[in-house]
Amino acid sequence: MPPLILNTLISRIATTCLRSSKLLCLTVASVLLWALPASAITPAMATAIAVGESDDRIAALAQALGAPDPALARLIEALLDDSAKVAEGRVLIVKGDKAIDAATGAETPLPANAEDIINNNRLRRELEGAKAALGLFSASSVARANAITELKDSADESKLALIDRALAQETDATLKARLQQLRAAMLIASSDRDKRLAAALALATSTQPTVKSLLQARLAPGVEPDAEVRAALKTALSNIESKLAWGERLGVIFSGLSLGSILFLVALGLAISYGLMGVINMAHGELMMIGAYTTYVVQNAFRQYWPSAFDFYILAAIPMAFMVSALVGAALERTVIRWLYGRPLETLLATWGISLMLIQLMRTTFGAQNVPVENPAWLSGGWEVLSNLTLPYNRIAIIFFAFMVLVLVYVLINKTRLGLFVRGVTQNRTMAACMGVNTARIDMYAFALGAGIAGLAGCALSQIGNVGPDLGQGYIVDSFMVVVLGGVGQLAGTVYAGLGLGVLNKLLEGWTGAVLAKIVVLVLIVIFIQRRPQGIFALKGRSAES
Amino acid sequence: MTQLQRRSTLKALTAAAVAGFVPFAFAQANDPIKIGVLHSLSGTMAISETVLKDVALMAIDEINAKGGVLGRKLEPVVVDPASNWPLFAEKARQLISKDKVAVTFGCWTSVSRKSVLPVFEELNSLLFYPVQYEGEELSKNVFYTGAAPNQQAIPAVEYLMSKDGGSAKRWVLLGTDYVYPRTTNKILRAFLKSKGVADADIMEEYTPFGHSDYQTIIAKIKKFSSEGKKTAVVSTINGDSNVPFYKELGNQGLKATDVPVVAFSVGEEELRGVDTKPLVGHLAAWNYFMSLKNPANAEFTKKWADYAKAKGIAGHKDKPLTNDPMEATYIGIYMWKQAVEKAKSTDTDKVIAAMAGQTFKAPGGFTSTMDMKNHHLHKPVFIGEIKADGQFNVVWKTQGPVRANPWSPFIPGNDKKKDVPDGKTKI
Repeated sequence: MPPLILNTLISRIATTCLRSSKLLCLTVASVLLWALPASAITPAMATAIAVGESDDRIAALAQALGAPDPALARLIEALLDDSAKVAEGRVLIVKGDKAIDAATGAETPLPANAEDIINNNRLRRELEGAKAALGLFSASSVARANAITELKDSADESKLALIDRALAQETDATLKARLQQLRAAMLIASSDRDKRLAAALALATSTQPTVKSLLQARLAPGVEPDAEVRAALKTALSNIESKLAWGERLGVIFSGLSLGSILFLVALGLAISYGLMGVINMAHGELMMIGAYTTYVVQNAFRQYWPSAFDFYILAAIPMAFMVSALVGAALERTVIRWLYGRPLETLLATWGISLMLIQLMRTTFGAQNVPVENPAWLSGGWEVLSNLTLPYNRIAIIFFAFMVLVLVYVLINKTRLGLFVRGVTQNRTMAACMGVNTARIDMYAFALGAGIAGLAGCALSQIGNVGPDLGQGYIVDSFMVVVLGGVGQLAGTVYAGLGLGVLNKLLEGWTGAVLAKIVVLVLIVIFIQRRPQGIFALKGRSAES
Repeated sequence: MTQLQRRSTLKALTAAAVAGFVPFAFAQANDPIKIGVLHSLSGTMAISETVLKDVALMAIDEINAKGGVLGRKLEPVVVDPASNWPLFAEKARQLISKDKVAVTFGCWTSVSRKSVLPVFEELNSLLFYPVQYEGEELSKNVFYTGAAPNQQAIPAVEYLMSKDGGSAKRWVLLGTDYVYPRTTNKILRAFLKSKGVADADIMEEYTPFGHSDYQTIIAKIKKFSSEGKKTAVVSTINGDSNVPFYKELGNQGLKATDVPVVAFSVGEEELRGVDTKPLVGHLAAWNYFMSLKNPANAEFTKKWADYAKAKGIAGHKDKPLTNDPMEATYIGIYMWKQAVEKAKSTDTDKVIAAMAGQTFKAPGGFTSTMDMKNHHLHKPVFIGEIKADGQFNVVWKTQGPVRANPWSPFIPGNDKKKDVPDGKTKI
């Protein structure tokens, strides 16, 4: 429940009186006094707001807003969260198994025939606007700021009086400026030319897409008769557009980075098993799928045993996905792949067969349907950077995650003893063996590492897409594409190729659409590989060809 | 290939041997009647189609429990065409020629229906197709129990144009790249033009099947909607792409009060596993919603909940959901049963003749009637808004059932087409 309006008004008067002039106190108090006599909404009014034709309900709501009181705020809140019901001509607010009368606040038993109140988008919009309008008088500046943000979508002249009142008592300078803009947006269609001109000038500092939309509507032929106002509108529009253009550009770059980080993550495991070890692992996608299913299982375990910690299941799922996929990878290496080193065609066929078996295994265990993996609450939603640029948290998290995985793998390969052995074995197996390295064990570790990273990728993919037995099939081509393009045997190549393909794909998608973009990217890769078969980065030295 | 041939040769030999032993192997009066169920149980469409298989099995169980049809039990033959369109045709041929099914219930995507259509016509068998589609087709061998465009797409767009729907003036037509969205959008474009919407105010976008990255598209919609007029999105995205689409929509904060999205292939089942709180107010147009309150629906949802629990159907045993194509499948099976009883035979042509004018008290709360001529159902149209719990609030409905119009008047040349199958395929 939001703070009750009367209380907030009273507390506002108290605080304002303490630090500002008597005149302001008087104004605010008069607002309150003016609101008081008509305070309680009648049951008839509540019913008029809750049931009937949309037009009548909106009119009733507007009328009630003229004299806001706590019962109205409560009713609006209840209508918005679907807890209001109507029975015997009265509106009831249901909380658990109790019900209160929306107008009087008296507790009443809930009649069995109480019907749900259905609000369509238009009404919900009006209700949200009304709620925001009431929020303008809240004591907390955060609540007022939210109210202004909400109101930008439902600014029309019916709320002008409210905005004026809010402006009169607003003390925060930034909020005051935003209110002024809101007021300008309402006045842009005023019949008074001077008011329109002032509004157009005030709107030039806006950054809202809704204002852009409003200005364009005003600039449509035959809407604005006055030339001077038109000119002001045009300047305002071009100002806003240049600000919004940045949001769009950054949006494309971000979505490219996001796709790139995903491509890179799915290809990194393959860069180790194929790039470093030379194993054409067609079951790579299925190792990702196993990682995603592990996430699903961990999620279910949390839901069942630790529902209070559900939001953090993903933190447990990450190491689990790595371990499970790595174990499966190690088992594969021990039982199948080790017997096929140096025979790429046989490896290809064997791993492809394994991938089919793994898909079928998942189908029989979990069913052919996709399984639902929920985002934890802190990964849902997005960060509004600019008014027209919202970055979803799950995508930001995956970019960071990909970066972390890259750092870990880099350290592991280049700075640890195991990494040294892996590099040694891949560069010259016999020599490494002569030096006392247990090459068979190193092969298994390296392959398990690649598989584990595939599992991590699967865990990340479960947060943005569908988890089903076919999950891996959709990414296997992409991952080979990235590794081959980047240059076999190179981690850096995988990074550049993944990010490059992501950004290129998104740039093309904005221009040609998703279907064509995919084709164009494939064609470009084919041409590139024909010109430069060794990929972006080629290994130098004698080891490359052996 | 050779193995397949060898296997089928073997089977043919066995069949010949059996036939030799039993010279008069005619269908006996109390032999079960075989029913084909042709829905993808894996692949991108499994999200939507699996449950149709289950509801078909439920209806068959119900009919068998009451003594079957013409005193014979029904025996379902379930195959999985795996969201693979050519495989649909292969499996259909197998059902008709090898399993000798009397009727088949199946398909979701139009591309799969187009793929099996020649098979059903060539072998003169019956298909009941339970999903809304783009029209532009009328086959003697198919009964369409889903909606034609005038029973779903056009009313939905009209609603969005109305004051209550938000008086939309600009339109994004977004779909998966295949025949249903392309044709529906062609019809909608013509319809919008007839209502005075300019070409510049329509944006058409397509994505491949199974597409999972909707960032660019949402960004485009955001940009398109900030250009001066109220915008609405018409989504014909099919299959599991809907999950990433709605996730991205919610995460990027595109609210229904700003830009409403009306979907034609998203129901209760597709929204399972999506956090619907940010999606409140986005719309879907169907001929049935689970949230409809009437005795027939209460009975249907209860039956489904019990069946799902008894059979342990994944997902539904804990949270049973029903949706429009499930209702259409259910109606289809019962109408077929009534037609067979009327014709006293499962013979395709006799059943087709008996189907005309069949009625059934549908869970939607209305009596659905099979048209006397055009193989489509008369159905009511509902428009629902997504609620926080993944169900739909009906915000608009037609007075009563609407007659289907498979040849949309908004496609040039359709006025000359006859509203009755003439025996020739028109693809």
